[in-house]
Amino acid sequence: MDPNPPQHDGTLPAGPEQPPQVSLGTIFWIFFQIGSLSVGGGLTAWLYREIVEKRRLMPEADFMGAMTLAQVLPGINMTNLSVYVGQRLRGMPGALMAMLGLLIVPFFAIITVGSIYAQLKANPALHHFLDGMAATAVGLLLAMGIKAAKVTRMQPLQLAIVGIVVVLVGILRLPMVPVILVLAPISIGLAWKQVAAEVAQSEHARGPDA
Amino acid sequence: MREIVALIVVLGPLSLLSFGGGASILAPLHEAFVTHYQWMTSREYVDYFAISRISPGPGAMLVTLIGWKLAGWAGAAVATIAIFLPSSLLCYRVAKVWNRHRGTPLHRALEQGLLPIGTGLTIAGAILTQHTSQTGAIGWLLALTAAAILVMRNLHPLLVIACGGSLMLVLRAVG
Repeated sequence: MDPNPPQHDGTLPAGPEQPPQVSLGTIFWIFFQIGSLSVGGGLTAWLYREIVEKRRLMPEADFMGAMTLAQVLPGINMTNLSVYVGQRLRGMPGALMAMLGLLIVPFFAIITVGSIYAQLKANPALHHFLDGMAATAVGLLLAMGIKAAKVTRMQPLQLAIVGIVVVLVGILRLPMVPVILVLAPISIGLAWKQVAAEVAQSEHARGPDA
Repeated sequence: MREIVALIVVLGPLSLLSFGGGASILAPLHEAFVTHYQWMTSREYVDYFAISRISPGPGAMLVTLIGWKLAGWAGAAVATIAIFLPSSLLCYRVAKVWNRHRGTPLHRALEQGLLPIGTGLTIAGAILTQHTSQTGAIGWLLALTAAAILVMRNLHPLLVIACGGSLMLVLRAVG
């Protein structure tokens, strides 16, 4: 069973503008771990776990919004996401630390593995092990998606959009960017109605406010 | 020196043209280094791809290895910077603008609107990855079991992934 599932509505607890202060060393360390240990894939799920679930540096909606941006923008999703998270936490130095931390071990690792690959290739057990790791890493991503939907307490309409994206991109394998370009405005439009209603309500409660 | 220049000329623009993640750079890389320059064979390229799958980090580290093969450590460094820097600078600019408007109603609507899209893409990405990995029914079983366990309990990913690897090893040894 889930002991005390975290419950919050997508706004940061202390002031919505600024994430909690994090040192550059901590940012480097988080990304260093993910870069070094993420054999088998599922890096985004690792990052989600560290940044959103464990350290609570960003709310779910913020992270998932960043995920979408990272996908729509050109470049590797994971490095885009790292740049975003680093920027969000500590601006330019944060983004630099995130990238450096993420890539330093993989840089040397791939060259090392490349130089001993001939020996590794002969071993079928390694391939079975890696296949299993890759399949399990898919599970990490699935769990991340399910938890995000749960924790943010998505409305039926939002869940429907999740479902449509899964079917179009995951099952029918339509190209991702056009799908996002069509669905994002619809989804944002629906969210806008909701947010506008909330704003009107809170202004009504508090009176005119600059 | 020719190789270094080629790495910059090929990978720099590719960085800004690689939409939808790392897989989209595979075909253009093959086209450039195997077909056009003929600096590596198709067989080598496939091996390099396999190496990128078993090494930690993003799959795009493949370009680091290509750079290393073509021009040693300098090639590795240049290739890595060329593939990651342009897109990262663009992403940084976008992130900065995006976060500057944090807290405004419009930003909240954008974020709330992108939340289900990002969630859907995560799950779709998982399905697509599972499909390409060609581990079949056993792979699906492992993935779904891992997902169920991780939704219920917050275990360390490394532990779960290592268990998945060992299980596959055992299942294939038995089957």
